Amino acid sequence: MADVPIDIAYISRLARISLTGEESSRFSGQFVRLFDFIRELQALDVSGVHATAQVIPLSNVMREDELKPCLTQDEALANAPAREGPFFKAPRILE
Amino acid sequence: METGHDIRDAIARRDRSAEEVTRAALDAIGRVEPSLRAYITLLPERAMAKAREVDAKIAKGEAIGKLAGVPTAVKDLFCLKDALTTCGSKILANFKPPFSSTVVQRLDAADAVIVGKTNMDEFAMGSSCENSAFFPTHNPYDLEGVPGGSSGGSASTVGARSVPLAVGTDTGGSIREPASFCNIVGVKPTYGRVSRYGMIAFASSLDQAGPMTADVRDAADLLGAIAGFDPMDSTSVDVPVPDYGAGLRDDLKGVRIGIVRDFEESIAVDPKMAKLYKDAYEDLAKLGATFVDVTLPHAKYGLATYYLIAPAECSSNLARYDGTRYGVRKDGDADVYAMFDKTRTAGFGDEVKRRIILGTYALCSGYYDAYYVRAQKVRTLMKNDFDAAFAACDVIACPAVSCPPFELGAKSDPVAMYLMDYFTIPMSLAGIPAMSVPGGFVDGLPVGLQICAPAFEEARMLAVAHAYEQATRHADKLQPVVS
Repeated sequence: MADVPIDIAYISRLARISLTGEESSRFSGQFVRLFDFIRELQALDVSGVHATAQVIPLSNVMREDELKPCLTQDEALANAPAREGPFFKAPRILE
Repeated sequence: METGHDIRDAIARRDRSAEEVTRAALDAIGRVEPSLRAYITLLPERAMAKAREVDAKIAKGEAIGKLAGVPTAVKDLFCLKDALTTCGSKILANFKPPFSSTVVQRLDAADAVIVGKTNMDEFAMGSSCENSAFFPTHNPYDLEGVPGGSSGGSASTVGARSVPLAVGTDTGGSIREPASFCNIVGVKPTYGRVSRYGMIAFASSLDQAGPMTADVRDAADLLGAIAGFDPMDSTSVDVPVPDYGAGLRDDLKGVRIGIVRDFEESIAVDPKMAKLYKDAYEDLAKLGATFVDVTLPHAKYGLATYYLIAPAECSSNLARYDGTRYGVRKDGDADVYAMFDKTRTAGFGDEVKRRIILGTYALCSGYYDAYYVRAQKVRTLMKNDFDAAFAACDVIACPAVSCPPFELGAKSDPVAMYLMDYFTIPMSLAGIPAMSVPGGFVDGLPVGLQICAPAFEEARMLAVAHAYEQATRHADKLQPVVS
C-alpha cells in the first residue's frame, strides 16, 4: 500500500488543529514513510498475547477519602487566560 | 572535572561555602550561555537564597542533605512553584505553576541548589533539542552540533561542566541519547521509580525522570534523592530505594553481561561505531565480566510500536491545552471551538502537531484495534524478550546511539530523526532501567555505552557502569570547547 490511510483533514478537525495546505501535504508524505514501519506490526502473530497498557502491575490504587490541603481558588485561577470573579472565562457555549 | 559529590563534601567540610559555589556556577553558566543556550529560565535569586540556607544550616551544625549546595539544573517540564515552566512550547510561554513537582520538592529537601530550567524539545518530542519553540541548544563539544534531545539543555549544561547535576526525562531515549552526545552519565530509572507528579506529561506510560550527571556516583546520589514512592502519583511504585552509592564497585568479577545479537548486526553497518562498542566490551571483559549472547527478537518492531503508543498517549494528554485554564489563549472572543482550534494551531509546533494527528488517528474508532491495541500486544512481546534475556545475564550492554552528535539542521526529515532512538526505545517500552555512560569517541565526538538491568535493579546497573567508568575515564579525555 503506497498511499497513507490517514484522512488528514478529518483527523486534524478531531484534534482541533488547523493545518495549511502545505502542512497537510508535508505531513502526508511523512506519514507514508512512517506507515512503512507501522505496517510491519501487521505481520506479527499476536493472537493470545495480552496488551500491555503500562508495564508495572499496579491496579486500583486507592487512598482513604480524607480531606487534604489543596490549591486555593486564586491559585487555581492564577494562570487563567481570562477570569471573571471565581470563574474561568470562556466564550459562550449555549445561546 | 569537578563532580557533585566533590562539591558536596567540600561544602560539608567547610572548605567552600554553598554561596561561593553557587556564584561560581552562575558565572560559569553566564559565560557559556551565549554559545550554548542551554537554559530557558535562570533562577539566580532562588539559587542564592537556597545556598545561603545551606550555609546557615552548616554554621548552626544542623544536618544537611545528600546534595547540599550542589548546583543542579532541571528540565523545563518540571513544575516549579511560581517559576516559568514552558515545556519548550509557545502554548505554555506564560505558565507559572502554583505548585512544585515531587522531583523539585525532593531536590529542595536534599538541599540541592536549583540554578535554572533547561531547554528541551517541545513537550519532550525530539532527539536533537531543535524542536524547542524558543531556540536550539548547542553541543558543548561542537557548537555546530546538536546536544541530543529532548533533554538537550540538561545534557549541554552538564557536558559544559557548568553544573555537575541535572534532571531530565526519558520517554523513548531522551535522557540516554543526549547524555551520549554530551559525554555525561544519563539514567532512565525503572518506570514508576521516580514520581511523575508535577512533570508535564507527554506519554504517560513511558515518561520517567532521571539523573544527568558528571559521573556515576553523582547519578547514584541524585537518583537516591529523587526516587521513591509518592502517593501523589498513582503509577509510583512502593519499592524500597537502596543506597545506590554504597553499591558501586570497581570490578566486574562474577558479572554476566548480555550482548544483544540483533543490535550488533545493526551497529555493524558503521565500522567506526562497531569498533567503539567492541572496544567497550573488551574493557568490560578486562574488569572480569563474562559475556552471554542474548536476543531481543522483537526489538526491530520498537520504532513502530513506540510511534503508535507515544503519539496516542500524547494526543490524549495534550488535549488539555485548549486556552481555557492556563497557557496562551488565541482569539478569546470567538466561539469556544474556534478558540480551541486557534489556540492549539498557533501554540503547538510542527512535531507536536504531527504526533497529535498520528495519535488521534491511532485511537480512532475502527483503527484502534488494528494499530493501538496491536502495538500494546507487541509491547508485551518485547517485555517478554527482556525477561528471557535477563534469565541468562545480570545486565545488558549495548549501543546507546547509532551515531555521534550530528550538525544542527542535518536531520530535517522526522523519520530519519525517529531512527535515532532505535537502541533506546525497547527499554522504554519494557519499562526497565537503562543508562548511558561515556564510552569513547568517534571522529572526536562523544558516544555513550548503554547498560540496562531488570526492573528495579538500578543498583546493579549503576555498579557495572561505575566499574567501567573508573577503568576508562572517557569523560575526562575530552574537554568541552566552551568553559
